[in-house]
Amino acid sequence: MGAIKTPAKDMDQQDLALSRRGFLAGAGGLSFAVAIGSTGLTLMGVAEAKAKARPIGAWVRIAPDNTIVIVTPAAEMGQGSMTGVPVALAEELDADWSKVTLQMAPAEPSIYGYGGHSMAIVGSRAMRSYFDEMRVAGAQVRKVLLEAAAKKWKVPVGTLATEPSVVVHPASKRRMTYGEVAIFAKTPKVMPEVAPSELKKPEHFRLIGLSVPRRDVPEKVNGAAKYSIDVQLPGMVYATTVHAPVQLARPKSWNEKEIRKLKGVIAVVRLPRGVAVVADTYEHVIAAREKLTVEWAKGARADGYDSEPALETTYAEMARKAGGGGGDVAAAFKTAAKVYKAEFRSDYGYHAQMEPLNAVARFNGAGDVVEIWEGTQAPGWSRRRIASALKLPIEKVIHHQQYLGGGFGRRSLTDYTVETALIARAVKRPVKMIWTREEDLGFGMFRPQTFQAIEAALGRDGKIAGWRHKVVGEGGYLTHSGINLEQYYGIPATSIEPQGTSHGVRLKHWRAVAHPFNVFAIEAMVDEMAAKVGMDPFDFRRERMNLTPKARHLFDMVEKMSDWKRKQRIRRADRALGLSVSERSGSLGAGVVEISLDRKTGKIRVHEVWVAIDGGTIVQPDMARANIESGVIYGISSVLKERATFKGGAVEQSNFHDYEVLRMAEAPEAIHVDFAKRDTPPTGLGEIGNPFVGAAVANAFYALTGKRLYHMPFTPERVLAALKT
Amino acid sequence: MIAFKVNGKSVTVRAEDTTPLLWAIREHLKLTGTKYGCGAGLCGACTVHVNGTAVRACQTALSEVKGKQVTTIEGLSPKSDHPLQKAWVKEQVPQCGYCQSGQIMKAAELLAKTKSPSREEIVRHMNGNICRCGTYVRIVRAIQRAAKEG
Repeated sequence: MGAIKTPAKDMDQQDLALSRRGFLAGAGGLSFAVAIGSTGLTLMGVAEAKAKARPIGAWVRIAPDNTIVIVTPAAEMGQGSMTGVPVALAEELDADWSKVTLQMAPAEPSIYGYGGHSMAIVGSRAMRSYFDEMRVAGAQVRKVLLEAAAKKWKVPVGTLATEPSVVVHPASKRRMTYGEVAIFAKTPKVMPEVAPSELKKPEHFRLIGLSVPRRDVPEKVNGAAKYSIDVQLPGMVYATTVHAPVQLARPKSWNEKEIRKLKGVIAVVRLPRGVAVVADTYEHVIAAREKLTVEWAKGARADGYDSEPALETTYAEMARKAGGGGGDVAAAFKTAAKVYKAEFRSDYGYHAQMEPLNAVARFNGAGDVVEIWEGTQAPGWSRRRIASALKLPIEKVIHHQQYLGGGFGRRSLTDYTVETALIARAVKRPVKMIWTREEDLGFGMFRPQTFQAIEAALGRDGKIAGWRHKVVGEGGYLTHSGINLEQYYGIPATSIEPQGTSHGVRLKHWRAVAHPFNVFAIEAMVDEMAAKVGMDPFDFRRERMNLTPKARHLFDMVEKMSDWKRKQRIRRADRALGLSVSERSGSLGAGVVEISLDRKTGKIRVHEVWVAIDGGTIVQPDMARANIESGVIYGISSVLKERATFKGGAVEQSNFHDYEVLRMAEAPEAIHVDFAKRDTPPTGLGEIGNPFVGAAVANAFYALTGKRLYHMPFTPERVLAALKT
Repeated sequence: MIAFKVNGKSVTVRAEDTTPLLWAIREHLKLTGTKYGCGAGLCGACTVHVNGTAVRACQTALSEVKGKQVTTIEGLSPKSDHPLQKAWVKEQVPQCGYCQSGQIMKAAELLAKTKSPSREEIVRHMNGNICRCGTYVRIVRAIQRAAKEG
C-alpha cells in the first residue's frame, strides 16, 4: 500500500485541528502522543502518527494498512472501560477488532467527554454514559467510509454493505478495506447524522455481548503497564508531603535548617495544608521525612474530634428525635397494624487503593506551562483544578493520563497532584511526588460514619405501608444515597431524613457512596421483619412488598442460583445463608451469601456468594463479572474488617496492620454472577457488587445464631458481644 | 556502591547500604514493574526473588543483596510467557493491576517448589499479598491453571 495521498491543504487543516485539541503537539512542546497498544505503552512521534493514520472524526484514525486507532476516553482503574467503551464504537464502525489499537484520550472534556462536557468516571458512569455516543461515533465514521466508497465506485451508497473493516459492493463483488478507503476519503467538517434506527440491532452484534480480552491485561502481567508512580523524567527529583495529624491544620513552622543539612535534600516547601520534603532520591526523601518535625497551627475545625463517642452521643441523639415525613407517611404509621424500629451504625471507611497517591509534574523553562502525569478518574476536573490553583490558563496545563492503581472514588479529586505542581514550580525541576501509605491514610478522605434510625409500618393488609429512615452523618449526599425503596419495593410512603453533623474531617465518595451502610440498614431491617412474622426472607419480600417485575425476576434467579430452598430444608449446623438487594447507578442486584462463624474468635467467614444483576445490555460479560466479583470482595472487606476512627481530630490508623483489608484466606471460595437478559441500555456495574453485602452477611449471621448485628463492620469483638446478647 | 545481579545482568547501584531494595530497583534501575504499596512489608506489592526466594523489596536493605541474584517481574520470563503469566491472561486476572507483579512473583515461588499445590497451599502461600480490586478468586484459578498447563 502506498503513502497517504492527501492534499497538503487538508493535512494542514487536520494538523491545526489536532493541535487545537492539544492532541499531539502540546503547548509545552511535547511532541508525543501516548498510545496504549496491546504490546505496551508506546510513545508515538508526531511524524509517525501522521504517516500511520488519518483521523476521521475525533475518535478514529485509520491507516493504509487497515489498522485502526480508537481514542478511548474512560480512566482505566481496573474496571476494564478502556477496552469496553471502544468496543461500542468498533461495533457500529463494523471494525475488525483484531486490527484496532487504543489510544488514551487527552484531557479534553469538550471533545472526549460524555455529553460533550465530562470525562469524570465516577458513579459507575463509563459504559452507561459513553455507550450511545460511542455507537453513534462509530456509525458516523462508517457512514463517511461508505459515502467515499460509493463515490469512488459511482454506485448508490445504499447498495453497499460492510464486513469487519471492509466495504463491499455485493452486486459487483467489489471490496475495499477501510484502510484503502481512508486514503482518499474526505472527512466532512461536520460528521453525518445518525438516527437511532440506523444503529445495529442486537441480533447483529459481533462484539457487544461477547467478551473480548482486556487490552491492559498483557502489560499488567509483565510489569510494563505504566502508572504515574512509574514515570521517569530526565533531571527528575523526588518529594513527599507531610500533613497535620489533625486533619486540615496548617503548618506553622518546622526544623528547616536541620532538614536542609540532610543528605540529598534539595528543598523544604510550604504548602497550604502541609510541608513537602524534596530530595535527589526517594530514600533520601523518606529519611528526611522521618526527621521532619512540624508545628501545626491550632484552630483546625477537626481539632478535638473523637469519632467513637460522637456516634453514641451527638449522632444517636439526633437520630432518636421523632421522625417526620409527609401526611401519607404519618397516615401509614397511624393506621399501621404494627410498627418496627431499629438502629444501625457504620464506621468511617478508607479507599485503600493499592497505588498510594502520587503524581509527576514538570514546568517548562519559562515556568508558564506545566505538564502533569497522573492517573485520575476525572482528567478534565484535575486539569481545571491545577490551572486554578496555579493561576495558569487551562491550555497551559498539559495532562498525561496514566493507569490508575485503584480509584474507588478517591482519585476523582486530585489534591495530591496540585501539591506536586506547586512543589515542581518551587524547585524548578521535574518532581515525582509520592505520599507514603501512612500519609494516604492519615490525610485520607473517608466514607462518613453514620447512625441510622429506621421505623417501618406494617399495614393491616400485611404489606409494608410506610418507611422512615433517618441518617445522621457528615457530608450531605455522601450520607444518604441508596435509600430508594420505591425503585424495587414499591413502598407507598417513605420519608428520608438525612441530618448533617460537622467535624471538619475530609470526606469523599467511596465505592457506591452511602449505599453500603444505608442498604445494610434497610435490608437488615427487612430481614428482621420477615423473621418477626415467621416468613422466609424471599417470601416476605415477594408477598409483603410491591415488588417490581425486575426485582421479582432477580429474586427468582438468585434463589435458584444459591439453591436456597433446598438449603433451608436441609440446614447445615455450621453454615447459613443471608439475602439482600440493592440498586445502584441504574442497576439492580440481588445477592445471597453463605457464611460460617468461629464462635471462639468471633470471626465470620463468607464462603460462597451468588449475585443476580440487571445491568441492561451487558456489553462485555467477562469484564462485567469481574466488576461484580471485585465489588463483592470490596464489600466483604468493608463489612467484616474496615474501620477508621478519629481521636482528637487525627486518624488513629496508619497502615494495613491497623486498617485491615480482606486477604485471600478470608475471601470466598466462589462468587457466582449471572445477569438478567436485557436489551435495554447498559447501566453501571462498578458499584452494584458491594452495597448488598452488609445486610446479606448480617442476615446470614441471624440465620446461624439468632442474633442481630447492628454496627458495621462486624469485627470479632462486635460479633462476640452480639453472641452474648 | 553495591553490586548484584538483576534479571541475570550485573548492576551496581550508587546508594547507601540501608536503601530499601525497592527504591534501588524502581528508581535507580528504572525497573518499575515492582510496586510500592505500604513500605512496611504488609501488602506484598513489592515482592521480588532474591536467589529464588520471594522477599519484600521494601523490607530488604540493599546491602543484603550484595552479590546475589535478584529477579523482578521484568525478568521472570523472556517473553512474558511464564506459565503463570499465560494463565493470568487466560483467566483475565488483573483489574487495576497494581498488585499483580507481586502476586505473580509470590506465586512463582510456590510453583517452583510445589508442582501441583492444593487450594489450601495456594491460599496459605499467597495470603500476604493484598489485592484491593479483589481478584483473589481468579488468582487461585490462574495458579491452578498454570500448575496444570505448565
